[in-house]
Amino acid sequence: MFDLAFYILAVLILGSALMVVTLRNIFHCALFLVLCMFSIAGIYILLEAEFIAAVQVLIYVGAVTILMIFAVMLTHQLTGKTIRQVNDQPIAALFIISSLLVLTLLALSKTTWEVASSSGVSPSATELGRALMTVYVLPFEVVSVVLLVALVGAIVISRGD
Amino acid sequence: MPVPLGYYLGLAAIIFTVGVIGVLVRRNAIIILMSIELMLNGANLTLVAFSVHLQELSGQVFVFLVMTVAAAEAAVGLAIIVMIFRNRESVNVDNLNIMKW
Repeated sequence: MFDLAFYILAVLILGSALMVVTLRNIFHCALFLVLCMFSIAGIYILLEAEFIAAVQVLIYVGAVTILMIFAVMLTHQLTGKTIRQVNDQPIAALFIISSLLVLTLLALSKTTWEVASSSGVSPSATELGRALMTVYVLPFEVVSVVLLVALVGAIVISRGD
Repeated sequence: MPVPLGYYLGLAAIIFTVGVIGVLVRRNAIIILMSIELMLNGANLTLVAFSVHLQELSGQVFVFLVMTVAAAEAAVGLAIIVMIFRNRESVNVDNLNIMKW
């Protein structure tokens, strides 16, 4: 049951991710990115990390990809079908990609992963919120300042003169 | 946990590799930003899988922070791309040599 859900989500994720990097129409790429992010949220639910799944849907599906679609709409004239979308280094890229994939999967298969004995009970959203407000309160505040700086920076850059 | 940890890690590694393909092969700056988001999602998936299987909360806290930084990065990156398009009429990274001298 869980296995079947995992395989369906994995096929959805990999198919849509490949579409994102291969399709010629950029708007379709952005739509497949939405599907990919949504399926990854499904994987988080399968892992019983429901808070992370909710944040994934809110931030990635709700904000980041919509921002991407806005950027596609604002820069659309020259991104039509006649323009070549691949750069001049496909052979070198293919070499790097295949060696990366082989190395990571080899390392993955050679390692025996230690798993906690009481595996199966995921940390709940309550514990996560308590940890964010106590142990990790300093990174939490720093990241909010980062968000503020990025907001001001994006406005200043795109305002023009 | 019905699905073993290694499956999630393998899926995350493949998502990361697909993101690398996009960054290395495509010429459009927006697609490159999308591929960076894919790579970040692969890393996030690894962190959540470890966090759940090791009963350790810090992985999920870190994913939360990574998502915030990723949103900030997308906002600033897309603002730069829109600005470059306004000046150069192109978002093709082969044509972008403003930073060279």
